[in-house]
Amino acid sequence: MNALTRKLLREAWRMRGQAVAIAVVIAGGVSTLLMALSSLDALTLTRNAFYRDYRFADLFVTLERAPESLREEIEAIPGVQQVETRVVAGVNLDIPDFDDPATGMLISLPDGRNAALNRLYIREGRLPEPDRDRDLVVSQAFADAHGFHPGDQLSAIINGRRQALEIVGIALSPEHIYQIKPGDLFPDFARHGVLWMNRTQLANAYDMDGAFNSLTVSLRREARIGDVIERLDLLLAPYGGLGAIPREEQISDRYLSSELDQLGAMARLFPAIFLGVAAFLLNVVFGRLIGTQREQIAILKAFGYTNRQIGLHYSLWVLLIVALGLTIGLAAGTWLGRQMAELYRGFFHFPYLDFCIRPATIIIGILVTLLAGIAGALAAVRRAVLLPPAEAMRPEAPPVFRPTLVERLGLQRCFNQRTRMILRNIERRPFKAMLSVIGIAMACGILMVGRFQEGALDYLIQVQYGLAQRDDLALTFVEPTSRRAMQELASLSGVYRVEPVRAVAVRLRHGPASYLSTVQGIESPSILRRVLDDRLGPVELPPAGLVLSDFLAGVLNVRPGGRVTLEVLEGRRDVLEVPVTGVVQELIGVAAYMDLQALNRLLKEGRAISGALLAVSPGNREAIVASMKETPRVAGVTDRLTAVESFTDSMGQIVLTFAFISTLLAGSIAVGVVYSNARIALTERSRELASLRVLGFSRGEIAYVLLGELALITLAAIPVGFIIGTALIVGIVHGVESDLYRIPLVIVPSVYAFAATVVVLATLLSGLIVSRQLGRLDLLSVLKTRE
Amino acid sequence: MNHPGVPAAPVFQARGITKVYLMGEVRVEALRGVDLILYSGELAVLLGASGSGKSTLLNILGGLDSPTAGQIIFDGLDLTRLDERGLTAFRRQTVGFVFQFYNLIPSLTARENVAIVTEIAQDAMTPEAALELVGLSRRMDHFPAQLSGGEQQRVAIARAVAKRPRVLLCDEPTGALDSSTGVVVLEVLERINRDLGAATVVITHNAVIADMADRVIQFGDGRILAERTNPVRRSPRDLSW
Repeated sequence: MNALTRKLLREAWRMRGQAVAIAVVIAGGVSTLLMALSSLDALTLTRNAFYRDYRFADLFVTLERAPESLREEIEAIPGVQQVETRVVAGVNLDIPDFDDPATGMLISLPDGRNAALNRLYIREGRLPEPDRDRDLVVSQAFADAHGFHPGDQLSAIINGRRQALEIVGIALSPEHIYQIKPGDLFPDFARHGVLWMNRTQLANAYDMDGAFNSLTVSLRREARIGDVIERLDLLLAPYGGLGAIPREEQISDRYLSSELDQLGAMARLFPAIFLGVAAFLLNVVFGRLIGTQREQIAILKAFGYTNRQIGLHYSLWVLLIVALGLTIGLAAGTWLGRQMAELYRGFFHFPYLDFCIRPATIIIGILVTLLAGIAGALAAVRRAVLLPPAEAMRPEAPPVFRPTLVERLGLQRCFNQRTRMILRNIERRPFKAMLSVIGIAMACGILMVGRFQEGALDYLIQVQYGLAQRDDLALTFVEPTSRRAMQELASLSGVYRVEPVRAVAVRLRHGPASYLSTVQGIESPSILRRVLDDRLGPVELPPAGLVLSDFLAGVLNVRPGGRVTLEVLEGRRDVLEVPVTGVVQELIGVAAYMDLQALNRLLKEGRAISGALLAVSPGNREAIVASMKETPRVAGVTDRLTAVESFTDSMGQIVLTFAFISTLLAGSIAVGVVYSNARIALTERSRELASLRVLGFSRGEIAYVLLGELALITLAAIPVGFIIGTALIVGIVHGVESDLYRIPLVIVPSVYAFAATVVVLATLLSGLIVSRQLGRLDLLSVLKTRE
Repeated sequence: MNHPGVPAAPVFQARGITKVYLMGEVRVEALRGVDLILYSGELAVLLGASGSGKSTLLNILGGLDSPTAGQIIFDGLDLTRLDERGLTAFRRQTVGFVFQFYNLIPSLTARENVAIVTEIAQDAMTPEAALELVGLSRRMDHFPAQLSGGEQQRVAIARAVAKRPRVLLCDEPTGALDSSTGVVVLEVLERINRDLGAATVVITHNAVIADMADRVIQFGDGRILAERTNPVRRSPRDLSW
């Protein structure tokens, strides 16, 4: 080993505290990058494999009733590979020892066989046997929520008749990875299940013998999907077809994709922030480190070391730190990636997880980190190399000090000599001070990012379930019904308010953009279901025209005053031109609203309603729910409180896990930045500080001079950090918004408080460590060596 | 010149050297037209008060710095025409430096501080041999912080001579040392000058040291004020201050 390498290793070892601080920041970046990329890869791979192995269909059609003989015509459409007809029905469930209303989606299986498309993965038990009309397979999420196993019983109200069923199997389906009740915003596994049974039995119950009401189609590779949809829609329109939906619009796939998109957005954003900070830290630390190595560089040059050798020497040092960070980061990232993917696997109920870290992911991690490291240290190394030896040999020219601004303003009497030193030192090198401020501010900003989601989600729940959806129970009827149902509901004891709802499935079109959604007809003014403006005030729905949520207006690229085409997907299936009269803010889902009467008029259907919102007194809730279960016309009951719970349970867990991890990492950045700053300040000023000690200053007094500057810089950094944090949060909010939900740009005070507290604690901790080192200053060396 | 009477070949020829640089906000005229010839094997002492410009001249002779104007020829080579790379090669092969504050690398032992030079020079002695020359063979594995000032300076000298330089430039080598330690260091320098035959320039403001030189160059205010040749070089052992 040559002497220069030895110098490198020894000095790196002496600076191990700082090196580790930087390496930890780098590791933070690498591990978030690896975590996000690998879990994203794993989920994408798993999804693709599951889709392929279990033959996830390409097109989905819901219709009223079509004869089985139509199948041949469908198969004859060019591009169609395989067709599966099914009977699908929504049912109310009666689950032993479970009082809440629960609904199910019953899907037919070919008698005694697995489906040809959207095949089931049997987790436990078996498929229904032919001729066994009580055999039932249930989705795993639903089974898990109730602790069901093969052999357990439950009852379903099938076409108005209670029927006892026996669970024979527990299954997963590529069609219901994201298992959600139509019209709901978040999955509620306990109250909504997907169930499968033999076709014959289901067809008999719903008078679908020799007919079907659901169709799935797989396409040939060369198929032109638009053409197939057009032909299918034409063919099925007379049979009440609601329009073929491609895979990307299928609800489970769409939610899954948007989830993966969000993960992808985080995979880009978070590591970029971390590595940016790491690069910045390397720059600051090395810039200043090289400043302290001025003389050594000069000596090496005097002895004839070339610029390249010296550049290489310092670059190796940087690489050493980067390598350390990479090692920690790769290990932590692999572990975190697996944890994250497992979390998602459980959430989506994938039957298996294809977790492998692609070499490309690791290479990306290494390259990005090296790039950040090199970018960070390049300027500093360059400075080292370009230092002319004779100049480096001379003591640095005495820095130019001036009275500070405060002093020029005549306030110097307010400060003692030591405080003036602090102020002048900051003012003399404002750029350096600014860099330190930005470094600490970045940490502060990242801390805000890690913390913000929690408060934002609380806010989202408050707005959605406190201000907008204020009903206790929401009923959906099996089919549109007259308003007389309202009186019946109002007469139930404990119900103190009933409001009608008419929800109609539509496709909205504006120019080239289109979106499949529902129009919610609600009473105006409504107490239980309010539409909110951007200041959260209730909006009165205009007597005509559509009010769109801001997200939907954005998707359709339409503003109030514009017109959209409304393709009604039920009843008379009219295609209507409707003016957009308003845009409202909504954080969850993608909805369009209309005054109930206006909607009824538009649909030319009298005073029909499709559901009702109920406000009930708490004591009567269970009795009301129980009576709803027995009402054949009621297709489903949604309980607001349980909806909130299911939201916090499912989405919350993932979002908060991510938040926890990033807070942890951001905390390490804060400590890394502050400690590096303090430590370098000590190196740079040790001579000055020792001189002060020689002159009789106490340790506390010189600590004041050193740490006072750090304290001032930290204090200045906190508000800057708030600005950076806000900007980052704005970026994230826009980066992850989807039709599922939008994280509101709400930064609760505790986010600021948390970020500031961590930064202050990091400063105190670093100050404490450095002030201990102040005790070891060698006073005599100051007298010996030159100034 | 170590053999008076025998005409020695000129090593350095400096003509009309000026140097102006900016120190903070101050413009410093460090050299104001210096003409100087140095001969092979001679021991010259550059005598002058601090701030007289002698360190600047030394830096320029050693290829650490370039003059603002003027010409320096080393053995037929015009240093002022060399680029950064050329100057680096010149320093690497030809010049040994000794500084007032030793400038050892604190993270390396005595042996390694010498090795850092021997590793890149051609035809260098081993670090052990160089340290032997300065009488430090027993302290080779000590770090600078474990050595006295005199010992550190001897390590610095070992480091400077290990490459067998043709020129040895010493900037106040005893400036930070007490008299008796300084004498030891000067003895080492003198012995090396004699044994290796390197043209040696010692900068000092200590007039006593001038007595050990072949030639004494009086420096002041950025130029040469006077020059004299000592008929006899005194041994450093006979010096004290």
